[in-house]
Amino acid sequence: MGTIFHLDIVSAEESIYSGPVEFMVAPAQMGEVGIYPRHTPMLTKIKSGMVRIKAQLKEEELIYVSGGMLEVQPDIVTILADTAVRSDDLDEAKALEAKRAAEEAMKNKESELDYVRAQAELIEAMSQLAAIDKLRKRGH
Amino acid sequence: MAGSREIRNKIKSVKNTQKITRAMEMVAASKMRKAQERMKKARPYGEKIRNVAAHMSRANTEYRHPFLIERDTVKKIGIIVVTSDKGLCGGLNTNVLRKTLNQMKIWSNEGEQIEACCIGNKGLGFMSRIGANITSQVVGLGDTPDMARLIGAVKVVLDGYTQDQFDRVFIFYNRFINTMKQQPVMEQLLPLTDEIMQSDNQNDAPEKISWDYIYEPEAKPVIDDIMVRYIEALIYQAVAENMASEQSARMVAMKAASDNAGNVIDELTLIYNKSRQAAITKELSEIVGGAAAV
Repeated sequence: MGTIFHLDIVSAEESIYSGPVEFMVAPAQMGEVGIYPRHTPMLTKIKSGMVRIKAQLKEEELIYVSGGMLEVQPDIVTILADTAVRSDDLDEAKALEAKRAAEEAMKNKESELDYVRAQAELIEAMSQLAAIDKLRKRGH
Repeated sequence: MAGSREIRNKIKSVKNTQKITRAMEMVAASKMRKAQERMKKARPYGEKIRNVAAHMSRANTEYRHPFLIERDTVKKIGIIVVTSDKGLCGGLNTNVLRKTLNQMKIWSNEGEQIEACCIGNKGLGFMSRIGANITSQVVGLGDTPDMARLIGAVKVVLDGYTQDQFDRVFIFYNRFINTMKQQPVMEQLLPLTDEIMQSDNQNDAPEKISWDYIYEPEAKPVIDDIMVRYIEALIYQAVAENMASEQSARMVAMKAASDNAGNVIDELTLIYNKSRQAAITKELSEIVGGAAAV
């Protein structure tokens, strides 16, 4: 060790990069940061932009990330990439949309919470399934 | 001979149904493979972010995130119910909704209020039918657990938690165990308990951790972001598992339906042949009887 460190770039949907690298540059919130092995542990947000990676005996590689978090440990660096473009306003709009949709659904709410009826409904569905199972076992 | 035409029609219609169920079975099988793949791909992110969150929660920072603080009184509970959008997948949704309902009953007996966030059409329909309070919803996710579409609904719940609307948040979904087995589970999302943080993370013992990160630009916003993303990752994982469960449950249900249709066809064919044979015998005996009479 000493001249290389391990880099993982992962997003919630997939693993984007994983392997040993010599040097990398990431677009941190406060400006670009270059990372060599044995960097001080650090945790920061990154903006959307290019991550530059230099692996041993390889050409420099560029990977686009749409923001996320950068975690630095002396031998391991992890980028937790976002899968969507995020901003507080955008998130807020999405939250409002989800809320509005729920309110819409609540409009045709018929009654107060009625556990007895709900349970009856589920029990009916369950017994139908059980009956089908039984029929099947009988070799029908 | 009257019955035989009807039986023939019936056989035809069952055959058509069987074609549909078989096609659905095959579609579900291929979607299941993709859904499982997606579920596996989401794992590394979940693990990494858990490690970071767990480390942060144990490192000595002056700032402790509200997600980590256990509240003494629990009056309001937020639940996230993950179901499928479409039916025809056996008892999958029924199982998870029954588990949810039982738990809701226990809570309401204890005098706690419950608000629900519904992911998936089936759960939304059920919750609004029984008259539960729904705070947010996402439906029509299709076959991919799209993070961008989950963010909104999740944010409502997380905001509700930070603004003291909820004191606890739980998630209900179907855990994918294997193709034949899916298990409805309930997990506590907030506050994050030490157990959750430490699961799968035994390799670095607490005493070994004596260092903390440098936070850029400062600790609070970075920790906030990590925590929100961590919860989102957990929910994403749950949705991905539920989707894999949905497809495999559908595949199994459709396979059973196709097999059943096959059995019905066999039976009907037997009846059809019998009735045809009976008609022939009857006709023959009539001819013989007629000939004898002449």
